[in-house]
Amino acid sequence: MATRQTQGLARLMRAPAIILLFVWMIVPLCMTLYYSFLNYNMLNPGMTSWAGWFNYQYFYTDPAFLESIRNTLVLVLGVLFITVVGGTFIAMLIDKPIWGQGIVRILVISPFFVMPPVAALIWKNMIMHPSYGVLADVARFFGVQPVDWFAQYPLTSIILIVAWQWLPFATLILLTSLQSLDTEQMEAAEMDGAPAYSRFFYLVLPHMARAITVVILIQTIFLLGIYAEILVTTNGGPGTASTNLTFLIYRAARLNFDIGGAAAGGIIAVILANLVAIFLMRAVGRNLD
Amino acid sequence: MGQITLQGVAKRFGEVEVIPPLDLTIEDGEFVVFVGPSGCGKSTLLRLIAGLEDVSGGRILIDGKDATDASPAKRGLAMVFQSYALYPHMSVRKNIAFPMKMAGMPKPEQDRRIEAAAKALNLTSYLDRRPGQLSGGQRQRVAIGRAIVREPSAFLFDEPLSNLDAALRVGMRLEISELHNRLKTTMIYVTHDQVEAMTMADKIVVLQAGRIEQVGSPLDLYHAPKNVFVAGFIGSPRMNLFTGAVAADYGAQTIGVRPEHIRISATTGKWQGRVGVSEHLGSDSFFYVEGTGLAETVTVRSGGEVGLRHGDTVWLTPDEGKIHKFDTNGDRI
Amino acid sequence: MARAVTRNARIGWTIAAWAVALLIFFPILYTIITSLKSEQEAIAGFDLIPSFTLESYQTVQSQNNYWRPFMNSVILSVGSTLLALVVAIPAAWAMAFSPTKRTKDILMWMLSTKMMPAVAVLVPIYLIFLRTGLMDTRIGLTILLMLINLPIVVWMLYTYFREIPGEILEAARMDGASLRDEILYVLTPMAIPGIASTLLLNIILAWNEAFWTIQLTTTKAAPLSAFIASFSSPQGLFWAKLSAASVMAIAPILVLGWFSQKQLVRGLTFGAVK
Ligand SMILES: Nc1ncnc2c1ncn2[C@@H]1O[C@H](COP(=O)(O)OP(=O)(O)OP(=O)(O)O)[C@@H](O)[C@H]1O
Ligand SMILES: [Mg+2]
Repeated sequence: MATRQTQGLARLMRAPAIILLFVWMIVPLCMTLYYSFLNYNMLNPGMTSWAGWFNYQYFYTDPAFLESIRNTLVLVLGVLFITVVGGTFIAMLIDKPIWGQGIVRILVISPFFVMPPVAALIWKNMIMHPSYGVLADVARFFGVQPVDWFAQYPLTSIILIVAWQWLPFATLILLTSLQSLDTEQMEAAEMDGAPAYSRFFYLVLPHMARAITVVILIQTIFLLGIYAEILVTTNGGPGTASTNLTFLIYRAARLNFDIGGAAAGGIIAVILANLVAIFLMRAVGRNLD
Repeated sequence: MGQITLQGVAKRFGEVEVIPPLDLTIEDGEFVVFVGPSGCGKSTLLRLIAGLEDVSGGRILIDGKDATDASPAKRGLAMVFQSYALYPHMSVRKNIAFPMKMAGMPKPEQDRRIEAAAKALNLTSYLDRRPGQLSGGQRQRVAIGRAIVREPSAFLFDEPLSNLDAALRVGMRLEISELHNRLKTTMIYVTHDQVEAMTMADKIVVLQAGRIEQVGSPLDLYHAPKNVFVAGFIGSPRMNLFTGAVAADYGAQTIGVRPEHIRISATTGKWQGRVGVSEHLGSDSFFYVEGTGLAETVTVRSGGEVGLRHGDTVWLTPDEGKIHKFDTNGDRI
Repeated sequence: MARAVTRNARIGWTIAAWAVALLIFFPILYTIITSLKSEQEAIAGFDLIPSFTLESYQTVQSQNNYWRPFMNSVILSVGSTLLALVVAIPAAWAMAFSPTKRTKDILMWMLSTKMMPAVAVLVPIYLIFLRTGLMDTRIGLTILLMLINLPIVVWMLYTYFREIPGEILEAARMDGASLRDEILYVLTPMAIPGIASTLLLNIILAWNEAFWTIQLTTTKAAPLSAFIASFSSPQGLFWAKLSAASVMAIAPILVLGWFSQKQLVRGLTFGAVK
């Protein structure tokens, strides 16, 4: 399969994709790095000057920064917990011999295809609205004071919405993994008299470990970048109670026009994402051969 | 025309030299078989000729013209792969038409050739099926059909029958031989089945570790193997090879006697031994004789039925005129 | 050995599964129901039976100039995906059928570009778009979405191509096919299922992209995701109309999504789970 001619052609065929991605990755990143050392505000472009580590220091000492890091972690971990645990159970439920499995599957995966702004708006207005939402109707039915979700529990509300969006992804992947479980092995264990819970912990869970890892890692990548859901519901507030790192940087760049500060935040986000990425690449890379 | 000449052709994969420089000439119209153990470089050599791999050194001439750097398409050769490599998304008709379409042949001519090939290969009623709906033998015939419509100057076959069951293999073997008789086109055929090699070839090329051990007609190889490797490789069951004192008696390092050139007797003979396993095929019987002191077992072939049992003491006598002698390098004396 | 399941157990599992499924689907279902209500009904409290009026759909289409963002969404998602395929098919061909020692590294590196947080390059991309006049243009956003999804497209195609035996491409080469013929007549038709699912998944991803579309558009090129996000306060768009707009924004992609369940797993896990 490898003559000089085909190898030469192959190089030519690979080149556009590689060059495009290389430029796409390197050029903006270098620009971000450069800007992060500048005093550069779009409202005052004439005053641009070298800032050294100032932007990083500023970011680091800003109480909103620490809170945004905390919120980012709570958001990611909260969603991961709900989706992995929920996804495992739902996957096992769908894997049972039920009637209408195809339709159940379709219903369960649907939220994944709802674009983030729509998902957020549906939850904000249809479900969680303090006077017209379904949850308020339910509360009134039981004679309880409806909860003003986004004012009282802003981060929790966003976690719920995002978890709803990602639950299908976790379920689908865990279901795929579950369905590749060797049924003969399970039957053998059943014949040996292993009770259901030990079959789960000793056979099912280890088999799904890989899929669970993949779910956690891939979701983390996406969850670190949650943006539209916050924009549409709480706009980061009240105060900075539901501001994550992505949103904080967006605010610095687009609302405060602080290019230097936003760039420094961007570099911090890259570092954060890379810590996760390293693990993900290992997990995926092992599967290449 | 289809004369192919390899001059010092060599192939390396990275640091590994799979084929050291070798020379070989394949005459127009010849049926040449490459045999050798697995991994000896048969496929690689064929792919070098096809142009699917670059040579690391040397030249390939096709009909006297240098084709070393020509692309596969330009060499005018056709190849039949072990996996058939049919286009699964095309009907049999389209599969066979593909090379002609690529060559820009006019449609009526294409149709004429497809009909002719289908008739010759018994495929007429399958022309509108997809390869997935055909049996292994039918697929193989489609692959051959696709090769013959181009009227190539030579056919290259890489173990074309190894995916077929035994009965079908014999049938296809005859069909390919017949095809060769009819077309008289050069064919290069790779196999590790020596029955195929012996029955089909005009000329056999025995390869080991990328080196040519011997080139010759099947009977040349049978009667006069050039070295121990060829002696052991050609012939079934394998030739018995003895070293040590017996060989020294004949003034050789190693001697070889084919199973069919040893007489077995319950009463008299040259070497004494004990019958181990015996196989009775009706027409022939094979005895694996132990305890001769010559080799672990000595294989003997005997016509018809012989009343010998496991454990019987027997005497073996070689046909003195048919003993092959080899020197310390393993070369024929 | 078929698992013996008692009828009662099966009924129990079925009820439980359906209950969970309906609970998860409920927000979408309720949005659909609300979209079929009049505005008064919509805020009148919990009710699963709408009056089946299409009034909100008509209003949204006429008043809010719905078709422009809809067309933008179609153009951006399909355009960026097709563009990505044009670049990715040759690349995946090369990596699957003519691999070198570095192919694996290149693939991993491509994957790693996907891990770069969008917000990290918000500042430069935003400034570049401002200065080059790409801001709020379809072409700018199409190219951007193409770049974002290119790694996934290359990866998915690569995993599909690797399942095609190389001998078939070699056979085509022996049959006199040029590289163009080989890709056009042999590889592409054989890979149609894989290419189709790649196409589908990436249209979905591009359609739902909601960071760059919001950052880089205002009105002209805004697709549905940016359009809908602008209704973050319900003033001017009440419950029933908001629901109608939402349903129209998600319906096409929801249907596409149902068809691409299987490929979804493979695509989003980069082949790590099949
Ligand atoms: N692309 C390649 N890269 C590196 N080594 C290769 C490559 N192709 C073949 N080889 C090596 O070259 C040697 C010869 O391989 P080849 O396929 O020609 O053997 P063969 O005689 O056809 O064997 P078989 O009878 O099993 O088909 C083998 O040792 C093989 O490992
Ligand atoms: Mg071979």
